[in-house]
Amino acid sequence: MLEALYRTARALPLGRPAADPAGSGILIRPAGAEAHVSLRVRDPGPSAAGLPLDRPINTVSGDARRWIARLGPDEWLIGSDEAEADALPAALAADLGERPHAIVDISHRNVGIDVSGARAAVALNAGCPLDLGEAAFPAGTATRTLLGKAEIVLIRRPGPVPLYRVECWRSFSTYVHGFLTEAARSAG
Amino acid sequence: MLLIACPHCGNRPETEFRCGGQAHIARPADPAALSDEQWAEHLFVRANPRGVHAERWCHAHGCGRWFNALRDTVSDRFLETYPAGAQPSHSTDVRA
Repeated sequence: MLEALYRTARALPLGRPAADPAGSGILIRPAGAEAHVSLRVRDPGPSAAGLPLDRPINTVSGDARRWIARLGPDEWLIGSDEAEADALPAALAADLGERPHAIVDISHRNVGIDVSGARAAVALNAGCPLDLGEAAFPAGTATRTLLGKAEIVLIRRPGPVPLYRVECWRSFSTYVHGFLTEAARSAG
Repeated sequence: MLLIACPHCGNRPETEFRCGGQAHIARPADPAALSDEQWAEHLFVRANPRGVHAERWCHAHGCGRWFNALRDTVSDRFLETYPAGAQPSHSTDVRA
């Protein structure tokens, strides 16, 4: 019974909110359950578990189903399908072998929220101080930053309309979702 | 908004950073040999210059790395940022 409850909480972190709560054309969709892994390794080598580790800091590679964002010189955030939650850390550990590293499953800690629409950057800029212009924050950029009072990881995915992924801690997710909803109302 | 140049991430807004106080303070090699006054001096006494100051900064809400910066305490202007362990290229008396 408890397990079923936990699974529901993971799959629907914020319940079933309307995709466009503000009616502004900015879609705010909480992502379902996903596997998230935090990887720290000082001497990474070119790749692990098929994920590149040699890309520049503050970029994301891969597709929507399996991605890796480099957040710092020795830190990566990896997201993948929920089904991979057990296999991914083991595959990473096998490829990194003897190199000192830390792999932490943070699937329960992180909640993803997808924000898309032509004016999505305006809504995000209500609480995020970064320059989200096309030149400063093109598709493929990913960084840790702030949204209002919460720390987030902001990822920009490629696509015909601007599509951002906001990753925040689970206990911050109601605040972050509410903040984005309010921001979309005034931005739209 | 004040921008600070993180050595890893480039120009980023000030709110993402934490200041860690004066930089280039070496821990005494043999603390047991120091008098109480000398040890207290190392622990608690810091420069508070009116002008250029070398400080430690952390990109806490970004890459999470510590680095050093030269900041003018009068104008709040950052002269340069450089990796932890390195020396600044501007010649300045950090104890001034």
